[in-house]
Amino acid sequence: MKVLVAMSGGVDSSVAAARLLGAGHEVVGVTMKLWGGESDTGCCSVGDVDDARRVAQQLGVAHHVWNFGDDFEARVVAPYVDAHRRGATPNPCIECNRHLKFDRLLRRADALGFDAVATGHHARVVTRPDGTRRLARGADAAKDQSYVLYVLGQAELARTLLPVGDTTKAAVRAEADALGLRTADKPDSQDVCFITSTAGRQGFLGDRIALRPGRVVDSAGARVGRVEAVELVTIGQRRGLGLAGGGAPRYAVDVDVARATVRVGAADELLSDRVTIGQVVWADGPRPGRVDVQCSAHGAPRPAEVRLTDGEVEVRFAEPHRRVAVGQSVVLYEGDEVVGGGVALGC
Amino acid sequence: MAGYGCETCPVPDPTCYLDHAATTPLRPEARAAMLPWLGERFGNPSGAHRVARGARQAVDESRDAVAEVVGCRPGEVVFTSGGTEADNLAVAGSLAARPGGVLCSAVEHEAVLRAVTRAGGRTVPVDADGAVDLEALERLVGPDAALVSVMVANNEVGTVQPVAEVADVVRRRAPRAAVHADAVQAAAWLDLPDRLAGTHLVSLSSHKVGGPQGVGALVARRGMPLRAVAVGGGQERELRSGTHDVAGIVGFAAALRVVAATRAETAARVAAQRDRLGDALAAAIPGLVETGAPRDRRLPGTLHVCIPGVESEALLFLLDEAGLCASAASACASGAQQASHVLAAMGVAPGLASGALRLTLGWSTADADVDRAARVVPAAVARLREAAA
Repeated sequence: MKVLVAMSGGVDSSVAAARLLGAGHEVVGVTMKLWGGESDTGCCSVGDVDDARRVAQQLGVAHHVWNFGDDFEARVVAPYVDAHRRGATPNPCIECNRHLKFDRLLRRADALGFDAVATGHHARVVTRPDGTRRLARGADAAKDQSYVLYVLGQAELARTLLPVGDTTKAAVRAEADALGLRTADKPDSQDVCFITSTAGRQGFLGDRIALRPGRVVDSAGARVGRVEAVELVTIGQRRGLGLAGGGAPRYAVDVDVARATVRVGAADELLSDRVTIGQVVWADGPRPGRVDVQCSAHGAPRPAEVRLTDGEVEVRFAEPHRRVAVGQSVVLYEGDEVVGGGVALGC
Repeated sequence: MAGYGCETCPVPDPTCYLDHAATTPLRPEARAAMLPWLGERFGNPSGAHRVARGARQAVDESRDAVAEVVGCRPGEVVFTSGGTEADNLAVAGSLAARPGGVLCSAVEHEAVLRAVTRAGGRTVPVDADGAVDLEALERLVGPDAALVSVMVANNEVGTVQPVAEVADVVRRRAPRAAVHADAVQAAAWLDLPDRLAGTHLVSLSSHKVGGPQGVGALVARRGMPLRAVAVGGGQERELRSGTHDVAGIVGFAAALRVVAATRAETAARVAAQRDRLGDALAAAIPGLVETGAPRDRRLPGTLHVCIPGVESEALLFLLDEAGLCASAASACASGAQQASHVLAAMGVAPGLASGALRLTLGWSTADADVDRAARVVPAAVARLREAAA
């Protein structure tokens, strides 16, 4: 096959490229330049492009850099900012996968005659007996990235290769080391690529929207603290609310951006047994019934039931647990396989 | 065989190289002139012994050659590490010696544009052809101006600028201001002494004229106030410290000598090739727009087109796969394509500019290259349009 490997400059995509080459595929590497601004943690600094290029050189494959900065700004960064403005909790990495890696890049790969696009994500694509495909958890439970890839539908899954999904991170590093790849010891990237460690989320958003200080009140409406930026408060947040110490822990249970007010309450006020989701993506058609649900990148899966009513998709958990913040992705699993997912609209 | 780069990478069957504006292949004459200086000859031209004197002579004779091509005195030539350093020295060095306002055209190379921006300068708009708007210049340049920079010809679209007219306006409106002309792209094609009338500073680059990379020159006419940007041993009349790249300078001069001796015939031959390619692409690609001034007011080697419904990066990928080396706008340090400030300044719609393709022919371009490009480009465009449909 002719495969385009999205090379971020990290160890996983380096080994992905090496494996595909070893398997006899025709391989071309590409690094997407997504973010033109400052970056210190992500995947599009010049240093990371250098690493990707040097690995490609070492493997003897052509390497290209494609500038998708316009789409990244329009489809990832701007919605991220807008979500915070509304007091929601967005996941920009998922939007990047949805719109950039598995849409724009995939379409370009198609146009250029590639049979598939490969990435270094820790997840697997499995084919079911009826020929449909599903995304499944990676072999390394601690590094599993299926959560951020739930946006892939059949069309995308059919053209996606995840060559390191069946391997633990430690084994990937060992393989990179054995191949002498310069990225073998490179630290994992963890954070949002356009948020720098120095300026942080607050610095980034502060340049784009007017962040407003907010009142922190208890359930009786009494003022008990303050926050610097109400747009940055997440449901369930415990620190940074300016609360006096002592007593039972209190959490942000309600954020009202319009009134610049954060309400705090006891842990049990955060509990909810349901969430409604939108922008729903199904791996192979709507699937109501019993599922396991994961609500954050490294959250534990919890048993739940999916109900489809009047065009709404509601997830009912077997037991109440901490409320899912609006904007977070809710991913539905059957065992290790993703059957669908969507973005939390509210409880 | 010892070598550098990727020896195992497949080199597509003979490369069709149409990216002369990025860099030219080294002319054999330049290579031959350099070889002794990469072998048995060596020496620091600033020394006092026979080895140094030999190197000094090579640099001095090279200086004569550059001066002759530009139409200046040898003592006015300052060798640099390339066009970018020459541009920076021109802008920062002249402002350091004589502070004041600075202006440049909106389509200058980043080396000038960024140096001017850093100095707090302003840009002068261009017309739809990419030529400096002289009326706007008239309005923008005031008596406080210390420097006006305009390129002799543009690196992206090839439009030749009215440098003499710019110099006239500056002389009238700001008699104390100097005029800097970036001749990096023009030097391979245009007879410089006439074009540079009224200029005080001229930038040149070796690798755009068939010489080696890493060497260039700034011509600073006598009386032009200029102050070094980097200080050190005081070479090049205290204007550019650092040990000379003797081999590079010798190769640069050798290339310029060939350019001067063959300019008219090369320009005529390449212009005919360029015209043939432009006609062929226009006939084969519906909607194609040839960018820049009419062909007779562009560099002979430049064919810049905008192709609706096609993304430059995707097109360049297919062309590369087919062995055709071309470019789009300017590439950033990572190699990613960036939106062209030149096309934006010319008022080219973003939707059209995103399908930019620059094919630049040069001294080594053969008719077969033109034939191949005329075949490969339309095929790639058709494929991309089909995929998008």
